[in-house]
Amino acid sequence: MSNDGQPAQDPLIDETQKEQRRSAAARLFDIRRVIGGLFVAYGVIVTLIGVFDSRAEIDKAEGVRINLWAGLVMLAFGLLMLLWQWLRPAEPPAPNEKDPGS
Amino acid sequence: MDDGGGGLRLDMNVLDYLILALYFVTVLGVGFAARRAIRTSVDFFLSGRSLPAWVTGLAFVSANLGALEIIGMAANGAQYGVMTVHYYWIGAVPAMVFLGIVMMPFYYGSKVRSVPEYLRLRFNRPTHLLNALSFAVAQVLIAGVNLYALALVMQALLGWPLWTAIVVGAAIVLAYITIGGLSGAIYNEVLQFFVILAGLIPVTVIGLVKVGGVSGLMDAVRDSKLGEAGLHAWQDTGTTANPLGAHWIGIVFGLGFVLSFGYWTTNFAEVQRALSAKNMSAARRTPIIAAYPKLLIPLVTVIPGLVALVTVKGLGAESGDLQYNNAIPLLMRDLLPNGVLGVAVTGLLASFMAGMAANVSGFNTVFTYDIWQSYIRRDRSDEYYLRIGRWATVAAVVIGIGTAFIAAGFSNIMNYIQALFSVFNAPLFATFIIGMFWKRMSALAGFWSLLLGTLVSLSLYLLYKGGVVHFNSDLEESFWGAGLAFATAVVVAAIITPLTAPKRDEELRGLVYGMGGVDLKGDVLAGDAAWYRSPVLLGVIAVALAALFYIPVF
Repeated sequence: MSNDGQPAQDPLIDETQKEQRRSAAARLFDIRRVIGGLFVAYGVIVTLIGVFDSRAEIDKAEGVRINLWAGLVMLAFGLLMLLWQWLRPAEPPAPNEKDPGS
Repeated sequence: MDDGGGGLRLDMNVLDYLILALYFVTVLGVGFAARRAIRTSVDFFLSGRSLPAWVTGLAFVSANLGALEIIGMAANGAQYGVMTVHYYWIGAVPAMVFLGIVMMPFYYGSKVRSVPEYLRLRFNRPTHLLNALSFAVAQVLIAGVNLYALALVMQALLGWPLWTAIVVGAAIVLAYITIGGLSGAIYNEVLQFFVILAGLIPVTVIGLVKVGGVSGLMDAVRDSKLGEAGLHAWQDTGTTANPLGAHWIGIVFGLGFVLSFGYWTTNFAEVQRALSAKNMSAARRTPIIAAYPKLLIPLVTVIPGLVALVTVKGLGAESGDLQYNNAIPLLMRDLLPNGVLGVAVTGLLASFMAGMAANVSGFNTVFTYDIWQSYIRRDRSDEYYLRIGRWATVAAVVIGIGTAFIAAGFSNIMNYIQALFSVFNAPLFATFIIGMFWKRMSALAGFWSLLLGTLVSLSLYLLYKGGVVHFNSDLEESFWGAGLAFATAVVVAAIITPLTAPKRDEELRGLVYGMGGVDLKGDVLAGDAAWYRSPVLLGVIAVALAALFYIPVF
């Protein structure tokens, strides 16, 4: 697509765009930490329940040790999220917005 | 459903409640933690346009993954069988890909802050106001329906009184959106996405074990009341003698084109997620990334629906505990031991909150930018509009509680509202798509296309409900309503445009195809140039997968 100039201007949009430089969005935390944390906690709780599951509970789930399996999978998923964040931390935001075309 | 029935009551123990409580605490914590990232109105309404594509993409799919969707699609799976996959593979994926590849450059590139605002720039203020008002009303109504459905499930499964459940659900959503803004909503939607899956996957797995795997399930479905037809998506669509009662033309054009393109490409509660992405590439990838989980969601909705059909005796009753809508709750009750049961209940409640939060965060943005700032109080400071946005959130939730009690007065309002607003979206989509590709279309034509298209579909709906016009099913009515609305909008645009003055070319820059002003690469970040981040490539693969997935269930 061609790149000949800027999109049409509108005063209301321009006003909010100007405020963009005050934006505090860069201070937003990384959601991977929360997902990882919650799933590690769920994984630990459900795995422990699974370890101590009675015969009746295993029979209810058609003989599958579902708590144990689901717990371990959630634990692994939570740890993977944390590992991902640790290996690839969020890119720091660009210091100032580029202004192409002008 | 009365409180004492207890037929669906789950045997939740203290550990299940611990899992549920942990989730509520986390959701509120996310809201509070997002607060420090809010200083301007764009931070509050659009997350400061700063989020990575995988976050906005998962939020995009999650915003639609309300419990109405999950419970409803499992119910459809039990009632119509494999044909339910049409709602995903032809009814969602192509539209999501189209939004990302074709429409997003105009939405994101023009820096509009909402979908109605695009109409203000492309056409005129009356078109804008009409759309902003109808969107705002629709959102609070749907938020109320989501809230009421949440409360019904909490009442049936957990034995909570209806009004307690409504107030608790509303208070949590209110807290995290008022405090954390769209970032709070989006982050929680991403979290909800994973919790919903963690709840649905164990039900599906144990359900499949119970019926003897996929082949066991297929054999059992052949012996059920659906029969062989329940295992095919296209086979009997040359006529309407199939479980869905739909002809392939209706499926392809009605569901696949008009209804789904209308819903996915113009519904601001969805598009807002993409507008909060950090650059053009991420915004375009948002709905396309969302298409991938969407391709697979039928595995955890349609399969449990079929399992319920063959294992729960008497499923499909008109009323009571054995309605199709209870397919997933019944399986949870029968198959899940404490532990995963808590996760599954949490996932179900999470999905209700995801749906309501999407409505509320769409409403507060449109109310503040498109109604308050555009027509009531102009030229105030940004802080002022941020404050208005927080109050609009409170108002939306309070009105939502009110509409929840209205919804409680009707037995089947969810179907009506779904049908009504799917019909509202069709003329809107027609107006958008003509306006985006035909630069001559005038501002007045935009207004009359939208208004008359909406009136036509609305009249047809009222005539159908009044018994004047007859259709085989609600679904058939919505296909026809949407199709007629679309056609009306096209005809009106074609007649009025030549009679009225066009907009000047400079005014259409960045809004209309072929007018320039759209820069796909200007804000590109390192890494976005990689081939696996190409929106077009990712989109083509998603559509190809949707087609491939049909092969085993043709």
